[in-house]
Amino acid sequence: MKKKVLISDPTLRDGNHAVRHQLKKEQFASYCKAADLAGIPIVEVGHGNGIGASSLQLGESACLDEVLHQTARENLKTSKLGIHMIPGFATIEKDLKKAIEYGVDVIRVASHCTEADITQRHIEFTRKNNKTAYGVLMMSHMASKEILVEQAKKMESYGAQALIIMDSAGFYLPQDVSERILLLTENLTIPVGFHAHNNLGMAIANSVAALEAGAELLDGCARGFGAGAGNAQLEVLVAVLHRLGYETGIDFYKLLDACDLAEKELMPAPPTINSLSIVSGLSGVFSGFMKPVSRIAKDLNLDPRDIFFELGRRKIIAGQEDYIMEVAKDLAQKNGKMA
Amino acid sequence: MKKLKVAIIGSGNIGTDLLIKVMRSPFLECSAFIGRNFHSQGMQKAQTLRVNISADGIDYIKNNPDCCDIVFDATSSASHFEHAPVLADLGKFVIDLTPAKIGSMCVPAVNLKEGLGAKNVNMITCGGQASIPIAYAIGKTQCEVEYVEVVSSIASKSAGPATRINLDEYIHTTEEGVKSFSGAKKTKAILNLNPAIPCINMQTTVMAKVKNPDVEKLKPFLSEIIESVKKYVPGYEIIVGPVIEDGRIFVTARVKGLGDYLPAYAGNLDIINCAAVAMAEEYAKYKS
Repeated sequence: MKKKVLISDPTLRDGNHAVRHQLKKEQFASYCKAADLAGIPIVEVGHGNGIGASSLQLGESACLDEVLHQTARENLKTSKLGIHMIPGFATIEKDLKKAIEYGVDVIRVASHCTEADITQRHIEFTRKNNKTAYGVLMMSHMASKEILVEQAKKMESYGAQALIIMDSAGFYLPQDVSERILLLTENLTIPVGFHAHNNLGMAIANSVAALEAGAELLDGCARGFGAGAGNAQLEVLVAVLHRLGYETGIDFYKLLDACDLAEKELMPAPPTINSLSIVSGLSGVFSGFMKPVSRIAKDLNLDPRDIFFELGRRKIIAGQEDYIMEVAKDLAQKNGKMA
Repeated sequence: MKKLKVAIIGSGNIGTDLLIKVMRSPFLECSAFIGRNFHSQGMQKAQTLRVNISADGIDYIKNNPDCCDIVFDATSSASHFEHAPVLADLGKFVIDLTPAKIGSMCVPAVNLKEGLGAKNVNMITCGGQASIPIAYAIGKTQCEVEYVEVVSSIASKSAGPATRINLDEYIHTTEEGVKSFSGAKKTKAILNLNPAIPCINMQTTVMAKVKNPDVEKLKPFLSEIIESVKKYVPGYEIIVGPVIEDGRIFVTARVKGLGDYLPAYAGNLDIINCAAVAMAEEYAKYKS
């Protein structure tokens, strides 16, 4: 019997980071249709930081949550509709209830890797409404594997049906992933998943390492469309998985068609590992900081690489985008460029 | 001057820090520190401070209605919904530190006197106390305030279990407070918990979309209101701005605490407690 792996595709969520959350209704519709035809099991949509995250802090969405949920729902017949939600940005009353009304299937409730207890109510609410709840630990490179296990077990106890660790900064090397996934699978009864970023060119290798260490769920995006250097490139990931003898349930030709469509219709250009995204990965800073760091560095005539390393030194986490201004101001003062 | 008696319900981080601040006040005296468990850290701390403690929760006040004039509720939003009617029947002046938002909202630098007319005063949230003075200054000096967003980051260690379980209420209450004090058409509140060691100080950024941003007009009004916040929260300071960044007004404030119960990084604890004590002292002066 072939080994199975569950593929979740956040092209229309993580990819939104790459275009400052400007994906439009028509773009959601056409990629959903293509992904559905290809048989991708879960298609995740939304603002880059999930429901309720459209903001000045993170960037305003071109498309309202309601509209994109409805659009995705109309265009997904067999694929499940997934969303990302971070307590602290989104609430049950304002955001999650509405998403459930629009018919989302899978709710991935996420927190920074050490703060799982803020997801309790949202995971419980999801389960009470008979929807699938996954727990997500973001920026997982910032905690030891033992702490990840402790946090993951909390999410499992709230009712999470799978646990995903994200390499949000693209910092991991395969060995880092193996160690963490191995300990998690040993300590949890629910499936474990991995979400890669490609800042150091490791997204596919890290995803394979996760699988070999016992992960059962992987995230991948068409052309790698995602924050910073992008994610694990979905079509490459699926090709590799098929060669390794894994079953994904995905029609490979139709997947390639969907990815060609994504390149044409969703992105100005596919993500590349540019010099700054290597720095972003090395500094361990959230990949979603790429756009605002570049903008602020340009405005204040600073080297964006210095900003990334300083943010990393201060252990700034995803969601703290306002700290870029403070760090930039401090650097400018140090450089004597500002009174 | 005779000190006015206060009871504190809730022996978590907020309640315990509040106790230390009340004990320092020339106008207030803590007559009962009420929790649910004698073994909790807060109760132990109160005992070492030789304060009258009880583990009976709200029943202690029901059974000893003359124990106090003012009640600080530092429990959780859900508990305050149960406590509020009981305390109203007993005629207590209630200062609510949970995000239950039953009472009238108070930010001392903006509307301290208004609280005196209420029986239940809500201190909004820590993020509300840190951001509203700035949002209010924006509302007073800019035309057509379309949108105000407030983002706070606090140290993970400064957020106890009730704070964490009340995250949704924190957001709703902060948004309502910012809206009501700034007059913005739309508001949004965001909270980040950062686990970095050494712990980060509380920081709050206010971003606003207004018709024709006028930072020069904002500056003097803002400085004035910041000075009045500093009178009750000495560790409050503006560290970035006001500037226009990406077309929006941008201001960041840092709040260093007094380091009473938790260390100085827990400015979130400090600012809401300092505001609550300022309200209670105002009431005590008014009653004397």
